[in-house]
Amino acid sequence: MPQKPAGTLYRGKVGMWSWVLHRITGVAIFFFLLVHVLDTALVRLDAAAYNGVIGTYKTTIIGLGELGLVAAILFHALNGVRIILIDFWRKGAKLQNVMFWIVVAIAAILFAGFAPVHLMHVFSEK
Amino acid sequence: MSVVIEQPKSPRSRKAANWEKYGWMYMRASGAILLILIFGHLYVNLFVGQGIKGIDFAFVAGKWANPFWKVWDGLMLWLALIHGTNGMRTIANDYAERPMVRKVLNYTLWIVCAALIILGTLVITTFDPCIDPNASTYLPGVCAVK
Ligand code: HEM
Repeated sequence: MPQKPAGTLYRGKVGMWSWVLHRITGVAIFFFLLVHVLDTALVRLDAAAYNGVIGTYKTTIIGLGELGLVAAILFHALNGVRIILIDFWRKGAKLQNVMFWIVVAIAAILFAGFAPVHLMHVFSEK
Repeated sequence: MSVVIEQPKSPRSRKAANWEKYGWMYMRASGAILLILIFGHLYVNLFVGQGIKGIDFAFVAGKWANPFWKVWDGLMLWLALIHGTNGMRTIANDYAERPMVRKVLNYTLWIVCAALIILGTLVITTFDPCIDPNASTYLPGVCAVK
């Protein structure tokens, strides 16, 4: 019978999962940014073309995707602050676990403030 | 083990700058500034007013009539693209084991980064709301009918 590897301070705990999430959200935001710079560049060329492309951002499907994007940014940005505090604050490493849950809590609160407003915009006429 | 990556905390050597250390510092410094720039960007563009539904050519032209937002967006462009590209480089170095694959990925990342920074910077600095021949339909009262 294969045995479970012995636990470590890191593996399978908050430290690992926060890293996984930070990495996934970082990659997701990066690829969005590539597209976003390109679509915004249209503003320099052709007003109608820009309005057309930005129109897809207003559809229901993409509108829901924006919720995911904002959630990813909220987590990545706040967890980035946690990483900075771990590196530079004397108590950072010791408190990394609590700080992770503070990050999740602040992200959840900001998201709860954003999501209803954004959904109202997405589902509004015009 | 194929490729050795410098340790961020390796001692200063006389031979070469420790680029890995500067990258490490850049990720943290740019991250802190990006937090403000991106949260402000999302607040103004997605939260207040009509949010996503309010964004169109006229919205952008209105923002960029003010140099404040040009500087804001330009800073965001440079900092985020270099931050994201450097982060992707870290990830590519973690997973791509063959030196050739790694090299190709790294070159691709930085070429794309440079291209988008140049494009974006040109768009912001040379933006002219009335350049489109039909601009008067989008910005009545701002652009003359051509
Ligand atoms: C909003 C403010 C942001 C903050 C505070 C922030 C902070 C950080 C920090 C501290 C790191 C860790 C670097 C390291 O371990 O050496 C990081 C990694 C990364 N960030 Fe950001 N970041 C932000 C925005 C962004 C944006 C806009 C993008 C995409 C364009 C991005 C993409 C990445 C990627 C791909 C990584 C690498 C992840 C990894 O190595 O696992 N970040 N970020």
